[in-house]
Amino acid sequence: MQDTVKEKAKGKASNLIAGATGDWEVIVGMEVHAQVASKAKLFSGASTAFGGEPNDHVSLVDAAMPGMLPVINEECIAQAVRTGLGLKAKINLDSVFDRKNYFYPDLPQGYQISQYKSPIVGEGEVEIDVDGESKTVGIERLHLEQDAGKSIHDQHPDYSYVDLNRSGVALMEIVSRPDLRSSKEAQAYVTKLRTILRYLGTCDGDMEKGNLRADVNVSVRRPGEPLGTRCEIKNVNSIRFIGQSVEAEARRQIGILEDGGKIDQETRLFDAAKGETRSMRSKEEAHDYRYFPDPDLLPLELQQSWVDGLAKDLPELPDEKRARFMKVYGLSAYDASVLVAERESADFFEAVAKGTDGKLAANWVINELFGRLNKEGKEIATSPIAAAQLGGLVRLVQDGTISGKIAKDLFEILWTEGGDPAEIVEKRGMRQVTDTGAIEAAVDAIIAANPDKVEQVKAKPSMLGWFVGQVMKQSGGKANPQAVNDILKAKLGI
Amino acid sequence: MTDLTKLTLAEARDGLVAKKFSATELTQAFIKAIDAANPHLNAYVLMTPEHALAQAKTSDERLAKGEARPLEGLPIGNKDLFCTYGIRTTACSRILDDFKPRYEATVGQNLWDAGAVMLGKLNNDEFAMGSSNETSAFGPVVNPWRRTRGGKVDNTKLVPGGSSGGSSAAVSANLCLGATATDTGGSIRQPAALTGTVGIKPTYGRCSRWGIVAFASSLDQAGPIAKTVRDSAIMLRHMAGYDPKDSTCVDMPVPDYEAEVARGVKGLRVGVPKEYRVDGMSAEVDALWQKGIAWLKDAGATIHDISLPHTKYALPAYYIVAPAECSSNLARYDGVRYGLRVPGKDLIDTYEATREAGFGKEVKRRVLIGTYVLSAGYYDAYYLKAQKVRTLIKRDFDNAWSDVDVVLTPTTPSPAFGFGEKAGDPIAMYLEDIFTVTVNMAGLPGISVPAGLSGEGTPMGLQLIGKPFDEGTLFRAAQVIENAAGRFPVPSKWWA
Repeated sequence: MQDTVKEKAKGKASNLIAGATGDWEVIVGMEVHAQVASKAKLFSGASTAFGGEPNDHVSLVDAAMPGMLPVINEECIAQAVRTGLGLKAKINLDSVFDRKNYFYPDLPQGYQISQYKSPIVGEGEVEIDVDGESKTVGIERLHLEQDAGKSIHDQHPDYSYVDLNRSGVALMEIVSRPDLRSSKEAQAYVTKLRTILRYLGTCDGDMEKGNLRADVNVSVRRPGEPLGTRCEIKNVNSIRFIGQSVEAEARRQIGILEDGGKIDQETRLFDAAKGETRSMRSKEEAHDYRYFPDPDLLPLELQQSWVDGLAKDLPELPDEKRARFMKVYGLSAYDASVLVAERESADFFEAVAKGTDGKLAANWVINELFGRLNKEGKEIATSPIAAAQLGGLVRLVQDGTISGKIAKDLFEILWTEGGDPAEIVEKRGMRQVTDTGAIEAAVDAIIAANPDKVEQVKAKPSMLGWFVGQVMKQSGGKANPQAVNDILKAKLGI
Repeated sequence: MTDLTKLTLAEARDGLVAKKFSATELTQAFIKAIDAANPHLNAYVLMTPEHALAQAKTSDERLAKGEARPLEGLPIGNKDLFCTYGIRTTACSRILDDFKPRYEATVGQNLWDAGAVMLGKLNNDEFAMGSSNETSAFGPVVNPWRRTRGGKVDNTKLVPGGSSGGSSAAVSANLCLGATATDTGGSIRQPAALTGTVGIKPTYGRCSRWGIVAFASSLDQAGPIAKTVRDSAIMLRHMAGYDPKDSTCVDMPVPDYEAEVARGVKGLRVGVPKEYRVDGMSAEVDALWQKGIAWLKDAGATIHDISLPHTKYALPAYYIVAPAECSSNLARYDGVRYGLRVPGKDLIDTYEATREAGFGKEVKRRVLIGTYVLSAGYYDAYYLKAQKVRTLIKRDFDNAWSDVDVVLTPTTPSPAFGFGEKAGDPIAMYLEDIFTVTVNMAGLPGISVPAGLSGEGTPMGLQLIGKPFDEGTLFRAAQVIENAAGRFPVPSKWWA
């Protein structure tokens, strides 16, 4: 984090926090730790699989046995470069692995191998949208480092146990500029970052398993003033807690400043149960990590051609996909954003939209399918209705084979029973009546039977809806509503 | 039957193939010699006779079938810095306690795969930190050589050099045909010089460091100590080689070094650096150096005065880089997973008690120096500066290589010294490495070959420094010196 970034724009009024003595602006920067999606650890061949018995996935290197040496896992390097490319960042062809020295039982080597002065990825950016406004968040750097193991304190009255399964797993630390100005922006940033990582396939983004977690740096200031002293909230592991911790920390700092106090730079923890942050260690207690280049590893040199190869195979990213959805399918910015939030949703939508009207397809995917999935707590991956089925349904609506109302019935059938939409419509006689002769006959009959209503509709044309309803009822919902409308208007002379 | 332990490695190899004796007989001869000598010399910290005899048996079977591997049945000693599968490995530190690795160091494995027999683990300075083998948790090693003063043998115990003092003493005393060793600042060459043996530190990256207890990763290299130049060439060939488990190990073919030794030095350009004529260098060391120059010249080499201007900064820079790396490398000895644990009232107390009891004085000194030079505010002034010096030292040699093929210097400023003579003065001890550390700082190969005796009858060595991965030329030049100077067997087996 860099405290010296000059703020050009004054704080947006809507982001300001009202204190007792005036408004305050909150400044947030983040260090996100994302576990690299890879089969093996950063410097050893041990598995990165989640779970397993404690110390199941530990190599001699991970346990720091005497004489063991790290060897770089090329796939982890590729994943970091892909991520850098996805963040539109500078890829550093020369980078260095350093040792960060400190003692802890879950850190077997007595040092973490990390990148300090020369990270693999330099400056980049992430676009976020908050309340319909977009904003660019600067990325300062991305570096690779080893995860530590886990100390377990509840298994024995006198001893702590250590599980080294995670020891040596590759993490990407993604450091943002202090560009965020509210808890909402902080949340939007991590959400977007997570989406990008998941698109790239470089991190599964599973926050519950701790595969994505954030250190949140928070400071407050009067709008337009220089940056204040920051506190770092360690290891926040859900989007919701990120929002809550920023709010709680900003309030705490404002309280201190308004009481005439000053903020001590320190590391804090977020207590989700109490909804507050508390001190972990002060700056004075901060470690001197004695960073120096790891002599067991040569400086990492990448070939531009290798990076170019990775860039060529990069998937379409959410921002580009959203723009394409708006352009190609004519979707609204909102619908497009909803669809691209997860790669699976976007892919599902595109499969549905194949050969159908994009807007109609988006409507069915977002309103009907997502609504239903949400309601039943299901994921897109486990949707009972496949994209091809929903696509079939949309096509039937689009070509007028079924009405919108019937389509909802069909959706229900597909959800609960499955099957081919076209076949179901045929077999169950759900086809929409577009035969104007049949509709005319129905219209004539209703006009004849309701002379009073005919009088009323002439005075108040919006009464047409009643007639439409009657005709539809008579046709069992199968009459084409547009045809019904047209015929009614002609016959009633409105 | 002749004393088999007096054979060179090459002679023993040929004798085995010619079926003059068996690998078992050869191994038994060494076991017997070790049993007799070790209480006096303390060269071995662990003897593994059963292991050795089992290997010898296999070797005899292969020899009988005509399936002998290059080092079939040849008994050697293994420095205790090399991890050995299921066999206690301590780096001669209390902190490793009774540690038995579940892996074999690559260099060791290469030797066993070539048919060599392991007699046991050899003493060394604790974590290879020392130049006299006096810092070992198992006590000092006694040099088989003794001084002669006024025509009389002086019984003062002399050091065998360090850190590979067990290796040098064992080879010199015929307690093995050759020994593994490691060299971070001179730990192969200096003990070789002090015991009349040959020791080569190959180019950084030539041997795998995997499974060798680390001291200073950017400087550590494995190599052999042997009785002759030829023996050291044979051993290095079967120790070296690419290992994907060590990122700093180089993927280059290993030449047949033994074929190099007889090639002579005709036309070879030998550099003599003026900066190695240091203050306090004894006249006899200087005289030895001149003799070496003459021998090489007589054999057809040309002699060139060269300058390596940054030499004087090498030792101080070394004593920043090496401790810095060691302070980090030794952090893993924390009492949590293996080795010694001295329980304390809490975690920090346990760390402190364990490391207090586990590490000796010299190791603690270096960990402290290393921690200091890497600390915030000091890093630039010490560590970074030392790395810059290192670059300049490398550049000195790079410049020299356009004029010469090999550099000749003394190995040490003086011959073997007595127990305790330098142990109280770390700087005096560190000066032992003044001619050898530059080679580690530049990552170059260096060999020490015995070239004569001091006025007190103790051996002295000359050092040859080569271009990266040009160990072959070192063997050629060293053989010329050996031919001229003769060999230096221990005059008296006083311990037997």
